[in-house]
Amino acid sequence: MQRTRKLVASIAAAALCVPALAVAQDAAPIKVGVVTFLSGPAAGPFGVPARNAAEITIEMLNGGKVPKPYDQKGFGGARLQMVLVDESGGTTTQVTEFRNLVQRDNVDVVIGYISSGSCLGIAPVAEELKTLTVFFDCGTPRIFEERDYKYVFRTSSTATMDSVGAALYVKDLKPNAKVIAGLNQNYAWGQDSWGDFELSMKQIFPKIEVATSQMPKLFAGQYNAEISTLLNAKADVIHSSFWDGDLEAFILQAGPRGLFKRSVVVLTTGETAMYKLADKIPDGVVIGARGPYGPYAPDNELNKWYSATFQDRYNVPPNYAAYQMTQAILGTKAAWEKAQAANGGKRPSIDQVIAAFERLTFTGPGGEVRMAIGKGHQAITETAYGVTKKVGGKMTVANVKRYPAETVNPPDGVKAADWIKNGFKK
Amino acid sequence: MQQLVAVVIDGIIYSAWLFVAAVGLTLIYGVMKILNVAHGSFYALGAYAAASIAGALLAGGMPPMLSYAVLLGAALLVAIVLGPLIERGILRFMYARDEVVILLITYALFLILEDVIKLIWGVDPYFIAEPYGLLGSFDVADLTYPYYNLILVGVAIACGAGLAWTLTRTKTGKLLLAVIHDTEVSRAMGINVGRFYMVTFTFGSLLAAIGGAFTAPTVSVVPGLGVEVIVLSFAVVVIGGLGSLPGAALGAVIVGLVRSATIHYLPQAELFVIYLVMAMVLAFRPRGLFMLAEARKI
Repeated sequence: MQRTRKLVASIAAAALCVPALAVAQDAAPIKVGVVTFLSGPAAGPFGVPARNAAEITIEMLNGGKVPKPYDQKGFGGARLQMVLVDESGGTTTQVTEFRNLVQRDNVDVVIGYISSGSCLGIAPVAEELKTLTVFFDCGTPRIFEERDYKYVFRTSSTATMDSVGAALYVKDLKPNAKVIAGLNQNYAWGQDSWGDFELSMKQIFPKIEVATSQMPKLFAGQYNAEISTLLNAKADVIHSSFWDGDLEAFILQAGPRGLFKRSVVVLTTGETAMYKLADKIPDGVVIGARGPYGPYAPDNELNKWYSATFQDRYNVPPNYAAYQMTQAILGTKAAWEKAQAANGGKRPSIDQVIAAFERLTFTGPGGEVRMAIGKGHQAITETAYGVTKKVGGKMTVANVKRYPAETVNPPDGVKAADWIKNGFKK
Repeated sequence: MQQLVAVVIDGIIYSAWLFVAAVGLTLIYGVMKILNVAHGSFYALGAYAAASIAGALLAGGMPPMLSYAVLLGAALLVAIVLGPLIERGILRFMYARDEVVILLITYALFLILEDVIKLIWGVDPYFIAEPYGLLGSFDVADLTYPYYNLILVGVAIACGAGLAWTLTRTKTGKLLLAVIHDTEVSRAMGINVGRFYMVTFTFGSLLAAIGGAFTAPTVSVVPGLGVEVIVLSFAVVVIGGLGSLPGAALGAVIVGLVRSATIHYLPQAELFVIYLVMAMVLAFRPRGLFMLAEARKI
């Protein structure tokens, strides 16, 4: 009898503990690996603003201070715990760091990667380790074109959007353009950006002539000879997807040599340098922000809150890398909470989060984001371009044109190059 | 013809930059037999010191024309403070060790100095663009070049000629040549080899810092600035022959002109052309263009 009593008591105690355990499990923090450049030439213009964005977004989410629809604390009430990793050191280093994040730090999700080289290297490893991985910035379209991924998502648009958007902008700005030239970095991002831009220009201007395509190595720093070839090309339009310190060095070296006066220069990532080098960039340079970010961000409540909060904390406006980082965190939160709701309010499994993430539509500070291509793993957004114009000594963008997401991104299942070659047909 | 002129001008400008960056490396190797990977850090430190000091002085109302002197002063400051400190404080205890060990030590120094840079300056870019456009520009073959590029060429010529003159026409230079040829005999003859090592290391570091300081107005001064430079500098001094001053000059000119011609005529090959030149030279002259085969000492 005594044994039966003990058994009943044990069962009762265990039954009482179950909800407590469930609550404890639900409230357990979610470890988020955040990977961005903290050193090297990409740290200042990209990595650090992205890290700042991650810090402030996670802090505000944990405090429940983000406006609706993100006002629930953390992810579904569970606090977020950030594990920060430097993206510098090359792809091999990054693969090791990724394994460390997953196997040593036991992160639940990894959000990161600026370099297309990093993303191409990490995606198969994320798949192998079955770890939900959200790329926030890298641009090469190859990731979801070359194979399908279950665990990998990208919440920013690809370089195709930047290149097609740039070509459409040129169509309006220089309708009689006859000669183009390019200056892009010699790796996935630069090659894909130029490839899509050249193809798009050939579709829009069938008789367009390519005078030269310069592809210096990443972080080369010295561009005198490249600038000479661009000057000699006498191109109507020069396209460059340069980013990081390379973009800044190019602007510093090209300005005194009169390149901006001789040709219309399109800088698809120019937004990251336009304020810092405001006195070195003349009026009329075409500036992109890799989507509706920074000066092209919509005038909605979320963006008002975001830009003001970021500015207050860091004394600079958020650039597009910062927007994209926050967008990735909010997208993951939206997927997580959708999965949690479908799971009866309990902490969802990673498979459930993935199912919720696919084809998700959510709103970031840059507006609507749709996980519409790459079988629901690749985002599309609208984009915008404008030209630099100093107003009262302050750098602004003028003549802004916006391009809907469907206009500048290929349909699902179609490779970017094929879509462009087919005349952007849906 | 117009393009050929551009090839030559661009090649000379690039050669000048490469020579200033690389000549200190070959000098240090020639005298001390140290492959100094930390050379890239001195280049970066020169750039950071120049950007921050000149930037602060210009913001404080310094006449812009004085910024050129400030660039030089910043490089001197870096070399005079850090050169003797590193040579006397660390390297002199390692001379008895194998060359490979010293190479690894300088690599460690490079990593440490990279972190020191981040500790002092952070990761945000620094700009000191004023000196680049200050002197105006000139036109050649329908191309515009800032006069500042001529300053770079002038600095390279001054460094090369000054070094050659010092080595061949002064007593100090001749003593240094004696140290280069045979350290032990030099020491036996009463030459203070330790002092020559310290001065050589400081002067070699100064040349790297000058390279960085005079490059700062044309680039965004960011972490990692010295990485690319050290790789290119090695290529240049290997082509010319490690430790050879004329070799470094010729190596820089070859690399500069070949790279420039490639960019103008075959841009697809730009990525590897420098290393192709290096491989071809080493295939026929394994010790570089200016180094003769050396009899092994028994």
